[in-house]
Amino acid sequence: MSAVDTENPETGRLAENIVYFARALRRAGLPVGPASVIDAIRAVEVAGVATRADFFWALHSIFVTKREHRAVFDEAFRLFWRSRRNLEHLLANFLETDYEPEEAEKERPAAARVAEAMFPDLETRSRPSKKEEEIESRLLVSDEELLQHRDFAQMSAAEVAEAKRQIEAMRLPEDKVRARRLVAAPTAGMIDARRTLRASLRTGGKMILLRHRRPAEINPPIVILADISGSMGEYTRIFLHFMHALGERRRRVHSFLFGTRLTNVTRQLRLKDPDEALAACSKSVPDWSGGTRIATALHTFNRLWGRRVLGQGAIVLLFTDGLERDTDEDLGREMDRLYRSCRRLIWLNPLLRYGGFEAKARGIRAMLPHVDEFRPVHSLAAIADLCEALSERGSAAADPRRWLAAA
Amino acid sequence: MKSMPTSIDATLELLRSGGYVPDRALATVLFLSLKMGRPLFLEGEAGVGKTEIAKVLADRLNRRLIRLQCYEGLDVANAVYEWNYAAQMIEIRAAEATGAIDRERLVEDVFTERFLIKRPLLQALEPDERGAPVLLIDELDRADEAFEAYLLEVLADNQVTVPELETFRADSPPIVVVTTNRTREIHDALKRRCLYHWIDYPDAARELEIVRTKVPAVSDRLSREIVGFVQKLRAEELFKNPGVAETLDWATALTELDRVALDPETLSDTLGVLLKYQDDIARIEGTRAKSLLDDVKADLNAAE
Repeated sequence: MSAVDTENPETGRLAENIVYFARALRRAGLPVGPASVIDAIRAVEVAGVATRADFFWALHSIFVTKREHRAVFDEAFRLFWRSRRNLEHLLANFLETDYEPEEAEKERPAAARVAEAMFPDLETRSRPSKKEEEIESRLLVSDEELLQHRDFAQMSAAEVAEAKRQIEAMRLPEDKVRARRLVAAPTAGMIDARRTLRASLRTGGKMILLRHRRPAEINPPIVILADISGSMGEYTRIFLHFMHALGERRRRVHSFLFGTRLTNVTRQLRLKDPDEALAACSKSVPDWSGGTRIATALHTFNRLWGRRVLGQGAIVLLFTDGLERDTDEDLGREMDRLYRSCRRLIWLNPLLRYGGFEAKARGIRAMLPHVDEFRPVHSLAAIADLCEALSERGSAAADPRRWLAAA
Repeated sequence: MKSMPTSIDATLELLRSGGYVPDRALATVLFLSLKMGRPLFLEGEAGVGKTEIAKVLADRLNRRLIRLQCYEGLDVANAVYEWNYAAQMIEIRAAEATGAIDRERLVEDVFTERFLIKRPLLQALEPDERGAPVLLIDELDRADEAFEAYLLEVLADNQVTVPELETFRADSPPIVVVTTNRTREIHDALKRRCLYHWIDYPDAARELEIVRTKVPAVSDRLSREIVGFVQKLRAEELFKNPGVAETLDWATALTELDRVALDPETLSDTLGVLLKYQDDIARIEGTRAKSLLDDVKADLNAAE
């Protein structure tokens, strides 16, 4: 489905093509409604578009309303209006400048999603790359530092939509805290003198209609510490995807990755297309799928970041299998420090692919006493599993003491 | 000294005369902030003298110091302005008592400057015969993010809008100093409007000068030992390094105890003045403290 029929450069064709283009965008996950299609057609008319660049920016101004949609739009535009001659005819005009010389072929962010939206019949989705599969040698625990970068399979549109839906529905335990700030309340609470006075002036001071306010409820910050060592290799994509989607939904999310060293990837994940974000992460983290040094990573976090990001009653989500060779004493101490500097520490352990888990490993036994909740996951294949494991339900079963006693 | 410093050296001198020992980087950024009329954004660990700068500045330039201590839940009513509701109510009742109530008139009467309670940010915009005041917005990281948005208007345009009344604009903008302990990241939009400076722990020479300026009673030998020891402590990867404030407290404490030199016993008795975390104290106390102290003494003897 590329630009339709080019031999008939009537004006009607251009409008029709813009409609198709909008549909493709919608299928690729951009919120494009009928109103914006009309706007887009009008914009192209009004702007008196002459060159491909003008055309690009005219459509861009209508269809792209968020920074992170940019990547999808770029790719869709490139594919859809691919043939310059087509566009030339459609614009019934000439191209003055050579816009956008074709770049060297590298994988563009969002390419998979756009291709899927435009050619739904073709099997174009990129499978997990060879390299990724190779890396996933399971249960590789070592304290060797193995520095390597990593490529991730791109997200499909359905995956992105599903992740958003799941995260929307997810309720973390104790995810609402009362702030000190007061907001207007419809009924009982403290009396809001300012609004009361204004309301009573409206009646000329004859009646005093009480207005109220109450403490605002806010979501506390979330700090995610995710283990990306070799033994966790197959989950890192889900973790990153989760971090990204969560960061899009909420304002105060800080994301850290650790293997043998700690990397703050908050900036890389913020306000970006998911593929772009994952690529940026991949570039900035030097120790993918290497060994684990949980204690060292936690020590770094406590010393350098703890006080900066754990204020205002943060919830810490710790994703790790707890397989660790560092001395247990250090690990326990650092966990304890972390536990005492946040409001709630939730440990999610995806090691358990089988039912009868027992907290036997030394690292796990050292960490268990210092968490509020221990959430085991038996299979972790999608964001849905992660959301399910972290949700409020099942808080009682997550008591770490149960696991300690059982072992 | 009453007039604004005209050079970096003059700024250095200004702070020194107020008992503050700055390094050249700080003097430079302060000079620029005064010259360009931009707020100064100071970040650093607790106890490195961020707040002190504003105090010294106000004192030396002979300006009024207006301090806004931030806390969670700080809102317009406590930071910018508030109406005196009780007085407004009385005004309304009085108007009723005299009979004729004209609603338009009433609104105009009640929302006048007479009933306006000015809080620090609004006060800072008012003209002052001594010159624009120094506005210290202390520990901004403690306030929640919503409050930062209010600050943008004040910092960028030196104005405050009271919807019922008018927009207050400062004729001469206040000298603004914002401090944060970095318990939370401040939004880039706010940082962008300020000149940023990270205040680090001072080096040994400067810390020695600070101790001698602030605690003149301390003996020469002791002050060297104190500074040497604190400098060594900061290299220990502690959870919380002792700040300059702690050094000064310790110097004062040792002087009060009539010590002229450090010994291991006094050291372990007074370690709580320097270190405020049990983990840190447990790590340093005893043999580690003694070996650090021996190092310090050896260094000092070698220098003499």
